Amino acid sequence: MSEHIVEIVIFTALFVLVSAMGFVAARWRRPADLASLNEWGLGGRNFGSWITWFLVGGDLYTAYTFVAVPALLFGAGATGFFAVPYTVIVYPLVFLVLIRLWSVSHVHSLVTPADFVRVRFGSPTLALLVAITGIVATMPYIALQLVGIEAVLTTMGVQGAGFLSDLPLIIAFVILAAYTYQSGLRAPALIAFVKDVLIYIVILVAVIYIPARLGGWDVIFGRAQEKFAASPAPGDGILLNAGNQLNYITLALGSALALFLYPHSITGVLAAKNRNVIKRNMSALPAYSLLLGLIALLGYMAIAAGVKPSVGENGKPLTNTVVPNLFDAVFPDWFAGVAFAAVGIGALVPAAIMSIAAANLFTRNIYREYLNKDATDAQEANVSKITSLVVKVGAVLFILLIDPQFSIDLQLIGGVIILQTLPSVAIGLFTRWFHKAGLIAGWVAGMGTGMVLLYNISNPAIDHAHFGGSAFPLEKLGLDTKMTIYAGFLAIIVNLVVAVLGTWLARALKVPDGPDGTRPDHYTADEGDPRIKDLDLSGST
Amino acid sequence: MTSEKPPVRSDRSPWNWLLLLPIAVPLLPFLYNADEPRLLGFPLFYWLQLAFILLGVVSTTLVYRMTR
Repeated sequence: MSEHIVEIVIFTALFVLVSAMGFVAARWRRPADLASLNEWGLGGRNFGSWITWFLVGGDLYTAYTFVAVPALLFGAGATGFFAVPYTVIVYPLVFLVLIRLWSVSHVHSLVTPADFVRVRFGSPTLALLVAITGIVATMPYIALQLVGIEAVLTTMGVQGAGFLSDLPLIIAFVILAAYTYQSGLRAPALIAFVKDVLIYIVILVAVIYIPARLGGWDVIFGRAQEKFAASPAPGDGILLNAGNQLNYITLALGSALALFLYPHSITGVLAAKNRNVIKRNMSALPAYSLLLGLIALLGYMAIAAGVKPSVGENGKPLTNTVVPNLFDAVFPDWFAGVAFAAVGIGALVPAAIMSIAAANLFTRNIYREYLNKDATDAQEANVSKITSLVVKVGAVLFILLIDPQFSIDLQLIGGVIILQTLPSVAIGLFTRWFHKAGLIAGWVAGMGTGMVLLYNISNPAIDHAHFGGSAFPLEKLGLDTKMTIYAGFLAIIVNLVVAVLGTWLARALKVPDGPDGTRPDHYTADEGDPRIKDLDLSGST
Repeated sequence: MTSEKPPVRSDRSPWNWLLLLPIAVPLLPFLYNADEPRLLGFPLFYWLQLAFILLGVVSTTLVYRMTR
């Protein structure tokens, strides 16, 4: 442990600094009263372009992404690079969608995607399904942020058996839980500045310094090529092959469609001050995509540097420790400490936003809908604060008591299931054509399809006969091909087809549809336009 | 109604079609799934896909400016 002492000191110092900022955040842009979801859960809906850029960037590009994507390239090569096309197409894809979501949420004071479904389709059941989908998809994602911190701690030699070895992780999450409780969304918004500045510095240094040390990019790609040529696995290599191209593009497209359906992404967007802030960020957020693309290549640098992942308690290699081990091997101790802090703090920002988003879903769409219909703003804020604590405790227990691999599997499933809310949330923003019964039927069909497909994907590399990945071999459907496709993509197609058929059927049978609480002009409203509460008041005078 | 109505806005614009470009291009692997030509040691697969980020930025910026 002593050889890592400099790293540990720097890591701890930066961690303490950031924690202090988290508590101070309650005073930052101080509102008259924090006791409402508008303030605690959405930071007052008043963030400008810069804060939104840091916040949403810190929210979408998580610590887990930063360790997992290079680990994918380290293990399989080109297929892991899907993260780049994924994060290129997502912004033009959601450009027109998010501004409509922002507007209708502004007018109706909506906090969650399920809130929107509730007012648009007038169906508490459909809203509940969307809320539960969001919570289930988000929970393992929070747990995975801990995997990011754990990977760093393991590399610094903080590991072993028993309670003591888990203590740093527990302390980190207790502090996180405390300042999120106190400051709400303002805490991650403020911390995101530090996190992102650290990450940008570390990666810029890494992509200049490491290739120079290793002999240039030619050498790095060359050694990666040699490694994959020598391995027996059929799907790896520094280029795609005929079998995995379809999976590559459907995974990129499916992930892009799913990204802004995640409740935590929507939380970040709704905290923006106006529509122009969102539009500007659609052009500015790709800066993080460039960062992610460069980070991905750290996987090849690790191959070229001959770095091996740490070995876990069960004797198996922990692939997610590849990047921390690379930093440990090539950087001087003090800078490795900075890099580890960047990853560790990088986990706190999304973990805080995700727990806030999950808590808001519970409060608005379960507590308020089913338990206390007349909840006041203060009660809502209180329930959300407590739920955010529960959510984080759950995530810690999840990681400590159950094999982390289980969280990774669940997160994979999470991407497939959150995609099933696309027809009600994203398409619902543009058309009210679907019948609520059709949407519910589509959701059920899409979920079922997704689960069956994922169940039938095996992966010998991690000893999984089922739920071994998201690339579904088309030959299992009787097609004579080696091609694979993203399971979520097939599931959303089934979902859409059933939703259309169900809508026709419901109309033919004259099943009553829910009322639409929105008007067309609500979808183009901007900052300063009246909200529904204001409209009610003006109507009564 | 005594309160004045907010002005009627619309998000419709022919410029929006430009958003399809950075969505479609990265989904066409035959454009970039090759080693040569290399740039600064990067195989085409890597540098061209990173360059698509610029395509995305230019397209969304143009649409934002033109529809403001």
